[in-house]
Amino acid sequence: MKIVVCIKQVPDTAEVRINPETNTLIRDGVPSIINPYDMHAIEAGLQIREKAGGSVTAVTMGPPQAEASLREAVSMGVDGAALVSDRAFAGSDTWATAYTLSKAIALLGADIIICGKQAIDGDTAQVGPEIAEFLGIPHVAYVRRIDDVRDNAIVVQRLMDDGYDVIESSLPVLLTVVRELNVPRLPSLKGKMAAKKAEIRKLTASDIGAEEASLGLNGSPTQVKNIFAPEAKKDRQMLAGTADESIDILVKELVARKCL
Amino acid sequence: MFIKVNRDKCSGCETCITSCPFDAIVMKEGKAEITEFCQACRSCLSVCPEGAIMEVEEESDRKEKGQGRGVWVFAEQRDGVIAGVSFELLGAGRRLADMLGTELSAVLFGCSAADAAELIRWGADRVYHCDDPMLCSFNDEPWSGLLSGLIAEHKPEIVLAGATPIGRSFLPRVAARLKTGLTADCTSLDIDPETKNLVQVRPAFGGNIMAAILCPNARPQMATVRPRVMKRGEYSASRQGEIVRMDAGSIQSRTRLIETIKEVSEVAINLQEANIIVAGGRGVGSEKGFQILYELAAALDGCVAASRAAVDEGWIPYRHQVGQTGKTVSPKLYIACGISGAVQHLVGMQSSDIIVAINRNPEAPIFNVASYGIVGDLFEIVPKLTKKIREAKGL
Ligand SMILES: Cc1cc2nc3c(=O)[nH]c(=O)nc-3n(C[C@H](O)[C@H](O)[C@H](O)COP(=O)(O)OP(=O)(O)OC[C@H]3O[C@@H](n4cnc5c(N)ncnc54)[C@H](O)[C@@H]3O)c2cc1C
Ligand SMILES: Nc1ncnc2c1ncn2[C@@H]1O[C@H](COP(=O)(O)O)[C@@H](O)[C@H]1O
Repeated sequence: MKIVVCIKQVPDTAEVRINPETNTLIRDGVPSIINPYDMHAIEAGLQIREKAGGSVTAVTMGPPQAEASLREAVSMGVDGAALVSDRAFAGSDTWATAYTLSKAIALLGADIIICGKQAIDGDTAQVGPEIAEFLGIPHVAYVRRIDDVRDNAIVVQRLMDDGYDVIESSLPVLLTVVRELNVPRLPSLKGKMAAKKAEIRKLTASDIGAEEASLGLNGSPTQVKNIFAPEAKKDRQMLAGTADESIDILVKELVARKCL
Repeated sequence: MFIKVNRDKCSGCETCITSCPFDAIVMKEGKAEITEFCQACRSCLSVCPEGAIMEVEEESDRKEKGQGRGVWVFAEQRDGVIAGVSFELLGAGRRLADMLGTELSAVLFGCSAADAAELIRWGADRVYHCDDPMLCSFNDEPWSGLLSGLIAEHKPEIVLAGATPIGRSFLPRVAARLKTGLTADCTSLDIDPETKNLVQVRPAFGGNIMAAILCPNARPQMATVRPRVMKRGEYSASRQGEIVRMDAGSIQSRTRLIETIKEVSEVAINLQEANIIVAGGRGVGSEKGFQILYELAAALDGCVAASRAAVDEGWIPYRHQVGQTGKTVSPKLYIACGISGAVQHLVGMQSSDIIVAINRNPEAPIFNVASYGIVGDLFEIVPKLTKKIREAKGL
């Protein structure tokens, strides 16, 4: 079984704040991490390998620094790592990112591709299903459990708003995974040693045979027009007085605003 | 188009570096340099005191604009029931169609002709309806194949869908196939009066910032919107429209739905559809503490939600969790009890119409987003509030 896991290096958004005066992001000292959902993707890949045999390769598309996240994946136990990196990828939106990753994955070959549900910097949850479309393979999103892996099929549970769907898919398939799926393991000592020595395969635009017009800013159908701080609530009001007084005011307001 | 630094003008003051949301500016030999992370968002253009940063137009910027006419809404259904978000999208779509002077169409897979007619009463001029039984339950490949085909045939300029597990799963395939942009989780949609392009606003970086996104050349412009973000339009029982019945053709899929397991607890847990939510955090103190929140929710006809802290403590199941790693809700009324208001919680609920915060710490950040804040002990406030509300409602 050939398993490819897509991981993205992201700024730890829990640490990102907006400077209210300049309306810009304060990023000083914000650490880079592996997208938390992708940690679950790595763990899922490792667990499938433990049951079904085969190999797990971690892939990331990003700048040279993203190599650090690949080494972290190796420390958790993945067998190989590929860094898809090229200046031509600059400014990729989800379409161009998925196109680029699909080309890299086609080169590596995979029976099962695992992505996180979404990346916490963009929160789009689009790259996974788009990769599947580019590769012409089925996908199952929001996988919360993997029930069965066979040579040519997989049975998984897809989280829905009102419960879950049990789905069987042929292979190759792409899965996007949610946090409930598993608990990512910590790196072992042996893993950490391996991570230091591991060879990271570097793939450029020409290595993956990508069409230039589909890459980076030029290949991206969407554009960021501008970025701004979220509006603060305009109608904020602290209700002073005793508990009874403030509750009285609150209930009157709720009646006036037709909440009751 | 790309962004460039004029090295002669750059004084090396580093002001631009902190302005960049994408960390795409570095110092090289004492001058600023734009790296490959640049998304051309223009944030840095205005901050440079020397005016050394500029936009450069390229040949490829003058791409031909795709053709398209009409606004479409994908009307999602599950178990033959049209999702509430579909009606909200018809409200938003109607407004966009009127601004563009064009028609609004809905696309419905599954359901009955009567359901299709209902979409017209909620604002659609036309409904493309395919009631093939094979399409009744959600399946990515057939749904994305059929919708892509319809779009390619009729060429709408805008396509909207719900940012639900279903919409977020299969819409990306449609966008990938049609080589067009898809903007997830939009919180506002508007038409640029000059270019007539769709301006799609969405939160990024866990809600820390908002980004306005355009899809200037490719068509259709596609967006998903979370439930409860847009308002329903006007319902008119006498509205007339056209229902176009379609054939699904031969349906093939490499995935198969084996079964659907419903997990519903006694309280309605479909938080995303709830009008009123009472939420508890670590301040609630215990599983038993949640009892008074259930009582308040019952008096209000609402649902109970929780912060991650309360879920992690095991006081309430995960599916009640609101926030970055839980559900996004936007009810008419959200009452936060004993929740501090961490940003990861706020991103899941700050688009609620009215937010009430009850917290004994006056400095708690939840008060920054609260329409009404009460500083005090929730164990005193909540039962009293329940009583008052029951009185006000004559219960
Ligand atoms: C990657 C990541 C994802 C996360 N995702 C989520 C998410 O989806 N949802 C989420 O909620 N959190 C999430 N968190 C956690 C988040 O950062 C906070 O830790 C969490 O929201 C805190 O929950 P809380 O407000 O209930 O608890 P606390 O921060 O401990 O606040 C408890 C509050 O209760 C008040 N209080 C205590 N006793 C009383 C009383 N008797 N009466 C009135 N007030 C009282 C206190 O003053 C305090 O303000 C995430 C964190 C990370 C790093
Ligand atoms: N640059 C990238 N490199 C590798 N994987 C990525 C990249 N961007 C997104 N992904 C994968 O796609 C998932 C969804 O990302 P997104 O659509 O950006 O929310 C992530 O959890 C990753 O598994």
